[in-house]
Amino acid sequence: MKTFAVATFAVATIAVATAARADFTDGVIKIGVLNDASGLYADLSGKGGMVAAQMAVDEMGGKIGKTPIELIYADHQNKPDIGAGIARQWFDADHVDAIVDVPTSSVALAVAQVVKEKNKVFLANGPGTSDLTGSKCSPNTVHWAYDTYALANVTGKATVLSGGKTWFFLTADYAFGQALERDTTKVVEANGGKILGGVKHPLNTSDFSSFLLQAQSSGANVVGLANAGGDTINSIKAAHEFGLTKGGQKLAGLLIFLTDIHSLGLDTAQGLLFSSSFYWDRDAKTRAWSKKFAEKYNGRMPTMVQAGVYASVLHYLKTLKATQADGDGKAVVDAMKKMPTDDNLFGKGTIRADGRKIHSFYLYEAKKPSESKSEWDLYKLVKEIPGDQAFRPLTEGGCSMVSAAK
Amino acid sequence: MTLAVPVQALFGQVLIGLINGSFYALLSLGLAIIFGLLNVINFCHGALYMLGAFVAWFLLEKTGLGYWPALLLAPLIVGAFGIFIERLLLKRLAGLDPLYGLLLTFGIVLFLQGLFSNWFGSSGMPYDMPKQLQGGQALPFMFLPNYRVWVVGISLVVCLGVWAIIERTRLGSRLRAATENAPLVSAFGIDVPRLVTVTYALGVALAALAGVLAAPIYRVSPLMGADLIIVVFAVVVIGGMGSILGSIVTGFGLGVLEGLTKVFYPEASNTVIFVVMAVVLLIRPAGLFGRQT
Repeated sequence: MKTFAVATFAVATIAVATAARADFTDGVIKIGVLNDASGLYADLSGKGGMVAAQMAVDEMGGKIGKTPIELIYADHQNKPDIGAGIARQWFDADHVDAIVDVPTSSVALAVAQVVKEKNKVFLANGPGTSDLTGSKCSPNTVHWAYDTYALANVTGKATVLSGGKTWFFLTADYAFGQALERDTTKVVEANGGKILGGVKHPLNTSDFSSFLLQAQSSGANVVGLANAGGDTINSIKAAHEFGLTKGGQKLAGLLIFLTDIHSLGLDTAQGLLFSSSFYWDRDAKTRAWSKKFAEKYNGRMPTMVQAGVYASVLHYLKTLKATQADGDGKAVVDAMKKMPTDDNLFGKGTIRADGRKIHSFYLYEAKKPSESKSEWDLYKLVKEIPGDQAFRPLTEGGCSMVSAAK
Repeated sequence: MTLAVPVQALFGQVLIGLINGSFYALLSLGLAIIFGLLNVINFCHGALYMLGAFVAWFLLEKTGLGYWPALLLAPLIVGAFGIFIERLLLKRLAGLDPLYGLLLTFGIVLFLQGLFSNWFGSSGMPYDMPKQLQGGQALPFMFLPNYRVWVVGISLVVCLGVWAIIERTRLGSRLRAATENAPLVSAFGIDVPRLVTVTYALGVALAALAGVLAAPIYRVSPLMGADLIIVVFAVVVIGGMGSILGSIVTGFGLGVLEGLTKVFYPEASNTVIFVVMAVVLLIRPAGLFGRQT
């Protein structure tokens, strides 16, 4: 009996001790939002990413136990060296525990490397390249909102199956565009389509007329836009002006954000087919959250990237609340993978061994001007694709952590 | 692929190059006038181009005035803003090293771009093409949008008109005289400071005009000037700083060169102009049309 009492006492003491001694390094949980503040990707991520992250922090009450949660922001200017430099500075001097967002795949790949080296956490939302969970996967990375494979798989497949058999690519000449073209090519060919050619244009090009002329003379049914943000907007505008669609060719916007359609206007964008993992007006929960977001952000509705920032930060913080430690980035990410995800924007989901977050993807069509009832009423749902069918199968990515687990 | 480009497609690309070149020409013309006559490196030229597009957008949104009135009003409004900049700020730097003017105008760029980015974000606003210029011509080698033809036409007319004013009229000769020897010209009873202000306003109005022309083609966005201004500076340097004819000819020429690069080696299309600039500076430091001093 005495032994039992001692044992009980001992167990109780240990339990109390663990609960009281939360192991948060530097006495603060600090998350760095790193993205493009003023360039071509500023609208789809930018300061809106900071607003979204802040909403997740507020939802957790601004602290975990007694440890405060802080946010810090920086602009990587879409340059890998600047992005990696900021990441280093944040980890070495500013006590940052996790970095979130990071659009521009080339920057994200550089940042992922630094995060791995310093054993912190990377919640990727802005970047597209599926290499982040494929050949360049890392035990410290979670890739949340979308990736090039899912985009290619959903939009590419739907386009080929609706008769777009021959393709010509306009590709942004850097990691993201190349990954998107590669992933789409596979999907198109697997579904019986054929690639006739393509042009690689520099990032941030303003005039696409010359490239469109090449696309026109290729005679392809479909012109695939493997670019993003301002580049996509300019491509679509020029395609419209040069009568590409009137000539019987179709545009496939492989990565389209809400802000792109908003900027193009529905007159130009109507009928465009694209895919996304998030749209503010999908259901009551996304509407409620998005309206709150818009109130804090000049009335602008959130993009898929900003939604991903919120959801991934929320899941990160929930994990920290459960584990009470943030020092070992790999351990945190492992815990994030074990814990099922659940939030108002992406619903219930999981994070796979390779770091890929799995949730539904949606095929959308840009509305006709007559169908739109308000400034941001822009998308029409075509169909929902369950996460396990949208994203790349776990074993096909070539991620070393997956083969090691087998 | 490179050698297989059909001759027809090449025609199309040359034409597109000319269209883009007309923007370069309009903008670099304004820069060249301001530098040639005022000795000011007007770094905010791109921001004023952006302002021209935004004024057109505002006129449409707030007052319902469409493209045609904007074509006239936007250069006037932005030109008035130019007078404000010159009278209030630039004038104080007269006689100092041109570097100070560059710093000041660069500050104006940061200010204007920051302001508009904050208000409108970076994706920009749509601006519809005027009805009369929608559609296009199906040429044997390409589909040519009517609007682009209009842009080339108007910019050629404006460029030649400005060149004629400066080289062939009394006003132009006074302007040129004032830059050569201001004290002497004012001794003849000519109001040199006013001449300088008018010149600056004219250069700025040209930038705004280019902005209105660009609005339906591109987006009306805070960064539209920043994307273009560096190239335009390269055009001015290649043409010869301050040479008016030089900037017009080089503007069109480099537009074509850039267009051809987009066919043969698209990856280099953003850099080809700077390669040319480096080569020209090595061989003819004063630029192709500049006078050696």
